[in-house]
Amino acid sequence: MTNALLQNALVAGTFIAIACGLVGWFAVLRAQVFAADALSHFAFTGAIVGLALGFDARVGLFVFTIGCALLLAALGGRSRVDDLTIGIAITWVLGLGVLALAFFATSSAGSGGASAATALFGSILGLNASQADAAALIGVGITLLMLLIARPLLFSSLDPAVARARGVPVVFLGVLFLLALGGVAAEATQAVGALLLLGLVAAPAGAAHRLTAHPYRGMLLSAGIGVLAVWLGLWIANAFPNIPPSTAITAVAAAAFLGAGAPAALRRRPRVSGRRPTPHERSGRPETDAP
Amino acid sequence: MSNPTLSWNLVSDVRELLAFPFMVQALAAGTIAAILSGVLGWYMVLRRQTFAGHTLSAMSFPGAAGGALFGLPGALGYYIACILAALAMSPRGTSRRGAAGLQSARIGVVQAVGLAAGFLFLSLSSEILGGLDDLLFGSFLGITPSQVVVLAIVAILVLAALAVIGRPLLFASLDPELAQSLGVPVRTLEIGFMLLLGLAVAATTQVTGALLVFALLVTPPATAQRLTARPGWSLVLSVGCALLVIWSSLGAAYFSVYPLGFFTTSIGFAIYLLALGGTALTRRHAQAQPV
Repeated sequence: MTNALLQNALVAGTFIAIACGLVGWFAVLRAQVFAADALSHFAFTGAIVGLALGFDARVGLFVFTIGCALLLAALGGRSRVDDLTIGIAITWVLGLGVLALAFFATSSAGSGGASAATALFGSILGLNASQADAAALIGVGITLLMLLIARPLLFSSLDPAVARARGVPVVFLGVLFLLALGGVAAEATQAVGALLLLGLVAAPAGAAHRLTAHPYRGMLLSAGIGVLAVWLGLWIANAFPNIPPSTAITAVAAAAFLGAGAPAALRRRPRVSGRRPTPHERSGRPETDAP
Repeated sequence: MSNPTLSWNLVSDVRELLAFPFMVQALAAGTIAAILSGVLGWYMVLRRQTFAGHTLSAMSFPGAAGGALFGLPGALGYYIACILAALAMSPRGTSRRGAAGLQSARIGVVQAVGLAAGFLFLSLSSEILGGLDDLLFGSFLGITPSQVVVLAIVAILVLAALAVIGRPLLFASLDPELAQSLGVPVRTLEIGFMLLLGLAVAATTQVTGALLVFALLVTPPATAQRLTARPGWSLVLSVGCALLVIWSSLGAAYFSVYPLGFFTTSIGFAIYLLALGGTALTRRHAQAQPV
């Protein structure tokens, strides 16, 4: 592996990890990790649909993913889109992907499976300089967007009813968040692969939520753990050429998630027979609308 | 084999379909898979565990890749991967605040780690990535009689176990707090159900592909629960819907050039949309003419 490729991977990976960390922190807060997962599947389908229709795969992927993010928002209506709706949407969109794959496999000489594999697993070490710059730019853009809406989004995620009453545009913020999620999914899928996206969205954010309840500290921690996972993972993949970089990065991030659970588990043990949690705490999600 | 054409005579069409042993085996496997996923999926949708089910179906990738690497007999890898994932995803300490978000993060991490492990196995075994399409989207052409037998045995075991825990599980799913206070072992039931779901997904995936099992696991139960609130009827309806989906899509796939996965997902989605539209219409009707 040449130095330039590693440099590109570091640049792209760092900025994607920061964006994923911030978006992921809110995804965990809002219990919407499934939406991120779904959007990465949509990105993958979008790439295939784009190829089947003869577009550039990247254009197809972005248009399709953003469109699907809007669709998820519309399906959710005024409240957060629930897991069942996402599940049905995934099933149907993947069905479309199968059809597109069949078209693609018959219309081109390339094997559909091989292109599906690159879309699934991307390759963080296969980026050229301009792709890395594009990934970094989109990462910065999404990071800025998240920082801009962090405060009202936090309010509307924690207590939608009160936020609505105080004039916060709860529905609009939810749509904006799904769009940011779609942007991250589309960018990460084509640059580093759908697999890495889920690892970078779920694991660092989950670890941060386990470690601190303080919002801004948590966001910082989440982005930091993501960046650290990318750096450590790339180093591991560099040292052991048998291990794919995606696997190494995901493993580091998952280890952080596991490790973050340890102190809480130790702290919780002594007061197992403490007070009973209130129903509000039990349900876990601050949302008021019934499932 | 001559190119199959659809005539208007349904009886002769069905007779033509059943003339081929591979179609008979596909129908047998599809029927067992539909019954299994109609029942297990019904509980999964009721418990809002779609994300967990989706993650279980993704485990077919590390299962297949690991099985190939370690030289396990085909099916064993699937079962091991699904059981490990089911155990890793079983919720612990659901009483804390933010538990729903953390649970979704945990499932995301399990999926990311599973896919990462699959990717690692694949690159270690240095085999060319073949059959990925079949793995994801299923192939109903190569189902052997012994696969059907194994599928039937697993289905009988899983359904028998579910028959034993079905009633308390229903109680624990609908009102966990009340069930817990009345002495129902809610946590044991949760873990048990995840294990059964893992077994069912593993059994079905190896015959039908990761996508198809999800189409059978989510859409038919969602349709059934849309249509009726009575558990017994809803369960029967769910199985009926799954059977309708698999039979009609097997027929459609046989008589056309397009892949099975596209028909399964689309027919399931169409039925769900019909149910959605139907219930919305009757509700409006009921509102317009108060009794």
